[in-house]
Formats: sequence, C-alpha cells, structure tokens
Amino acid sequence: MKYVDEYRNERHVAGLAEMIKREVTREYSFMEVCGGHTAAIHRFGIPSLLPGEVKLLSGPGCPVCVTPARYIDTLVALASHMDITIALFGDLIRVPGTLISPGEAKASGADIRIVLSAHEALDLARSDPQRKVVFAAIGFETTAPGTALTLMQAEKDLVRNFYVLNAHKVMPPAMEMILRQGARIDGFICPGHVAVITGAAAFDFIPQNYGLACAVTGFEPADIMLAVLMLIRQVNLGKPRVEIEYARAVSAGGNTMAGRYMREVFEPEDAEWRGLGILESGGLKIRECYRRFDAGIVFPVDIPEPEADITCICGDILRGVSKPSDCPLFASACTPDHPQGACMVSAEGSCHSFFKYCCHE
Amino acid sequence: MCLSLPARVLKVEGDMAEVSVGGAVFRAGIQMVEDLRPGDYILLHAGFAIAKMKEDEALETLRLLNEIEASGSGTGKAGPGDDTGGRA
Amino acid sequence: MSEKITLSHGSGGRQAQKLIRDHFIPRFGMNGPMTDSAILSAPSWAIAFTTDSYVIDPLFFPGGNIGKLAVCGTVNDLSVSGAAPKYLSAAFIIEEGFDMDELDEIVASMADEAESAGVRIVTGDTKVVEKGKCDRIFINTAGVGLLSGDLVHVSSGSTIKEGDVLIINGPPGDHAVTILAARRGLTFDTPLLSDCASLNHLVRTMVEKPEAVHFMRDLTRGGLATVLNELAVMRGCTITVNEASVPLHESVRGLCEILGFDPLSLASEGRLLAVVAADEAEAILERMRTDHHGRGAVVIGRITSGREARVILNSSTGGQRFLDMPSGQMLPRIC
Repeated sequence: MKYVDEYRNERHVAGLAEMIKREVTREYSFMEVCGGHTAAIHRFGIPSLLPGEVKLLSGPGCPVCVTPARYIDTLVALASHMDITIALFGDLIRVPGTLISPGEAKASGADIRIVLSAHEALDLARSDPQRKVVFAAIGFETTAPGTALTLMQAEKDLVRNFYVLNAHKVMPPAMEMILRQGARIDGFICPGHVAVITGAAAFDFIPQNYGLACAVTGFEPADIMLAVLMLIRQVNLGKPRVEIEYARAVSAGGNTMAGRYMREVFEPEDAEWRGLGILESGGLKIRECYRRFDAGIVFPVDIPEPEADITCICGDILRGVSKPSDCPLFASACTPDHPQGACMVSAEGSCHSFFKYCCHE
Repeated sequence: MCLSLPARVLKVEGDMAEVSVGGAVFRAGIQMVEDLRPGDYILLHAGFAIAKMKEDEALETLRLLNEIEASGSGTGKAGPGDDTGGRA
Repeated sequence: MSEKITLSHGSGGRQAQKLIRDHFIPRFGMNGPMTDSAILSAPSWAIAFTTDSYVIDPLFFPGGNIGKLAVCGTVNDLSVSGAAPKYLSAAFIIEEGFDMDELDEIVASMADEAESAGVRIVTGDTKVVEKGKCDRIFINTAGVGLLSGDLVHVSSGSTIKEGDVLIINGPPGDHAVTILAARRGLTFDTPLLSDCASLNHLVRTMVEKPEAVHFMRDLTRGGLATVLNELAVMRGCTITVNEASVPLHESVRGLCEILGFDPLSLASEGRLLAVVAADEAEAILERMRTDHHGRGAVVIGRITSGREARVILNSSTGGQRFLDMPSGQMLPRIC
C-alpha cells in the first residue's frame, strides 16, 4: 500500500535503530498521546528496537479511554428507548459503563449498530424516518470535523430524526495538564493525525512555555523511529521546537477548511477526561444553532453519579506517572476480557496494548 | 473507527469520493480537501478525507531514511548532530 | 413467487415427506429405504467423529453459502485429525417462511461439495419453527472418518519437536473479511472470495510420509493466532512466526489496516496449519502445491524451543513482540 509500505522498510528501521544507539548520551523519556501511536509502538515491537536509555510513555491519547463512564451510561439509557437506534464506532461496543457496556445492552435487545462514519449514521436516519438515530460522537480533532460536516448536512437536508451524543475532546489542554502536573518527560511524540487538522503550530506552546522537545509523528515504524531520533537530537542540542516528522500529511497551519467546519458547529467547553478530571476548554460543545441535534439536550436521562474506584490507577497511567504493570488490578482482575478501567477497555489503551503485545508475567 | 490510512482516489462524485485502501473500497466525504483527482492519495479517517498526501514531502522523508540507512553501513555522509531535516 | 417453507413441512406428515423426497433425497443421492439410522460398514480402523453447527450470516456470500460451509467445515475437522472423511449427517432447522428456492440452492451446494470431497451425506433431519424463532436457517453436520494408526498423533501434536517447521496452505482471513464486507456492503478493487474449501485431498498429499507430519489444525474462529497459542499451551513450546512470511491478500490487509483488525486473528474456512519435520518440509510443500488448495503453501515459522509456552512474532520491520490469543468477539456469526 502506497504511503504505508515505504515506511515499513526493515533496513530503514535498522538504520534508525543503529543511529539512535550511537547518539544516545543519557536517559530520555518521551510521551505519546495518541491511541494510534500506542498501538503502533506495540504492534511493530518498537521498544525491542530502542536502547534501554530511551523510554516511551503512553499518555491520554485514546478517545475511548478518556470518555467518562457517564457517557456510556447515557448511551445505554438512550438505547433502552424503543424508538432510538444508537450508531457508534466499533471501539465503543465493549466499553463498560458503570453497569453494562453497549455490547451487553445490544445483547439484551437494544438497537445498537456499528458504523464506520458519521455519514453512515446519517444515512441510517434517512433510511428509517420512524426511528431516532443517535450517533455517538467521540474522538479528538481528527474526528470532530467529520461530525461537524455531518451535522451541517443534516441541517441542509432537513433530517429530523438524527442526533449526536457529543463527547469530542481536544488534545492540547490535556498535554498542558500533564506538564503542569509535573510529568517528568523530555518531549512529546505529537499526534500526527490530530496535527493534520490543527496544524503543528498547535503544539508550539510546549517548547515555548515548557522547553520540551516535540516531533509531530506518523504511524509507521520508520516514522516513529525517525521521530525518536529527532527528539533525542533536540534534547542533546538543547534546542526544543516542534519538528514535523510526518511532513507528507502535516503542515504548520493544518487543514483550515476542517477548522472552519469545526468552528461552525462546535465551541470550546470544559470537559471531564476519565482519569484526569475536568480540563478547561478540554472539550467541544455543540453550538446554539445546532442544538436541536444535541441528544444530551433533546433526550435528558437520569444517570446516578458513579462511585470512584480507588484501586484502578488509570489516571496515573494516563498521566504517564505509572506503568500498566504497576496497577494492582493489571492482568488479574483487569484483563482485555473483563476490563475494569479506561486503559484496558479500548484496544488502543495503554494497558490493553501492553497486555497484548508485551510481557504479562 | 479512529484509525487513519492513506487511500487512493478512484472516483470523485460531488462531495464524496470512492477510495481504495489496499483494494478495499470505501466512500469518503471530501469537503475538507481541494482539487481531488482519481489517482491522488488522501488520508482517510472515519469516512472522511482529512488531507491530501504530499508526494514531494513523502519522497523527501524517504530520501532522509535512505541517507540514515547508508550512514549506518559506513557509506553515507549524515552524522551525529546533523539536522535531521524535519520541517519545523 | 417461489414456494415457502411452512410449519407443516416440519411436522412429519405428508408435506414433510414431500420435502425430503423432492428436495433432499435426490440431491444427496440417498438410495434405499428411509430408515431411522443409516447403517454403514466399518473396517477395523479407528473412527474419527465430529460435529459442527452453522449459523452464518449472510447465508449467501462470494465464494459460497451456508450449505457449502456446512460440508467443508466438517470435512476439514476430520481431515486435519488425519482421518479420511466418509459420511456426513445433515440436520436443518428452518424458519417458517423461508424461500424454497434458496433451500434448494443450499442443498445443491451441499451435494456438490460432498461429491467433490468424495463424502456421502447419509442421514438427516428437518425441523421447521415459527417465524422469528430462528434466523432463516441453521444447519448442523456431523461426520465420521476413518483414521489409520499412523496418523493418530496429528491432532495432539505429540511428536512435535524443536526445529519443526510451520506450514500454511494459503493466505488466512479471506473468509472473515468476505463476510464482514458482505455485511457492510463494502466492495473490493479485485473481488475477494471466501476461502471456504474441503481440504481432505490436500491433506492426503501431505501425509504420504505420515511420521513427517506432526500436527495439523484448521484455522477457523480466532484464526492463526488462536491455533498457535493453543498449540503452544498444549505442547508447552515456544513458537516463532515470521510476519513477512505469512501471505495475505492485499484487500484483507487493507481492510484490516483501516478497521484495526489483526489478520492473524481472523477466521478462514479452507486454511490449515501444519507442523512438519524440517527435513521433509520442502517435499511436503512441493506435493501440497500440486493441489488446487495448496498452491499458496509456504513456511511461516518454526518451533523454536521446547520450554516456555509462548508465541513470538518477528515483525516484518525488525521488531519482536508476543502474538497473544485474540480476546473478545471480533466478528459474530462468521461460520
């Protein structure tokens, strides 16, 4: 596959591993904040290619993992209405809410369908005007423009039975929160696909205000290794900046059209990130003019406040302070088959990835 | 799903395009990219094209990777401390 | 408008007799009186016996249908146990209102597949349930095969040793991806077909020297990753697979990449894994490639140690990781 296979070249990866080994002068900790990076790093065995001095940490980059249990509870409550169809991405089906997951609700007869896009959910609504279709809109800046475009289309076509239960979030506030809480890292492997939309400049505050290295990174093994080399060099030279490794898709200014669509439909809002708490401007809210599509307003449900679980250390793992293996529940009470916390729930979550691809003794 | 992958444009029809990811055909909304033609590559994410892949930049990255590989085998020119060529 | 199955077709009376007489017997070649049990002769070999139920959705898919699958699946379970498949039973549970033409097509596929596999369908049953009580049609097939003493070891892998080589007969995952695509209305540049196939003739080419084949299993639900993990635990051995050696159809790779599936965890219905003695591997591969279903046969890895129960994947980009047992349900009703 073009633009993919060329960056999976074994010789390039070996060359990068060799160069990294030569240039390492101390210990380094780099954090990635994207579920896609978590998965790729484990899938391609990147840790096995890096010297021990280079540590890769997994931060809060999985949109499923940082979605609060309340959101799932709301989806499940909506699904119990006879005339509502829930349309969601496959990642959500097994996420546990306070009591059950959407998959379990489906098994009990709820009309829950997996879709591959927001426009597929809109098509569902169009095909059956008798049913109310609620699309579970999760994801970061990469995904929000698609939801925005779909709402604009629904408005234009006067579709009356389409709704969105919105939980879109934005990355930079979470990265800032991690730094403010004192995470000891030397730099970020910045999320390449978020950057396609926001532009690499969205991360300028990190070297400017915190003096940390940044590389906006693609998702193939050569991309990740090249980004690690870039970060090591920035640290060694004492010249932190935002470097674009993923130049074939990312520019400094980002996708301005996508940005316009996002701003047309959404505005910033304080939002709860599972494991991190409330982040100022950490989420997106549907604007007044599109509020008739907002399922959270149109279908209010009564969800009891869940009790906090004190043994699960997902919050620490998401902040990069602890490793999955540090958690008392890891691989015993909490496994991919019966996940307890956010990080094990999604296939891209730190604990899930760690369990699947690394040692789990 | 939340993955993004490069896809080849097969057909453009108004606001939508038919794209192929290694042979699997999908429909993508193309409102966020301009001037798409069959044969172009886009980045497909959750049913939308979020960017057009830049061939010149792709080749530049590959050139850099080749250089790094060559320097490891002792025949190249790049060395420690050299600018890795990332665009900032 | 074509005829439909009704409850009276399942009631044992005249309509039921007519259904069996007109739609099942001629196609399955069942001659002789209709008795409660088929009486078969059995030479003094061990008998391998298996059963499987088929609830696949959709019923008809590129490369086959539920009927073809019902024969292949059971034939393959017998074949990879080292047995020569001989006789099958076929039991149908049909929803009231099911289309008779579709039933005929399914039954014809079963008959065709049985003939090409060289097995006979000798007994069966039909039940009809009210609308809504089953999803169109479910089929169960049970099968018996004859197992000679020199192949008893292949199902347990008791003769597996370090250095043995892993062979697969073609790219895995075609069936699962075909079904997923059919369900979602996805298409491909080059049409993808289910790999659903009877493998008994292929297996016969492989076991010319029975002591050289140490283990066989067919790759169904859970795919290659599941079979390898089960084997590692069963024999307490470490298995190493080279990702670059595992063939994959481009469409399967593309779909898996965009949907986040691991192709090594996806179901096939015409692929097997064999563990063979290293010095016989070349000869076995050559013989496999003379069979239609063995043309893509390749070595994908080896048994690398006899101590720890682990499956290691050498990534095609040079890294290494564990290939774990897939968890959760990737795709429901895949067979």
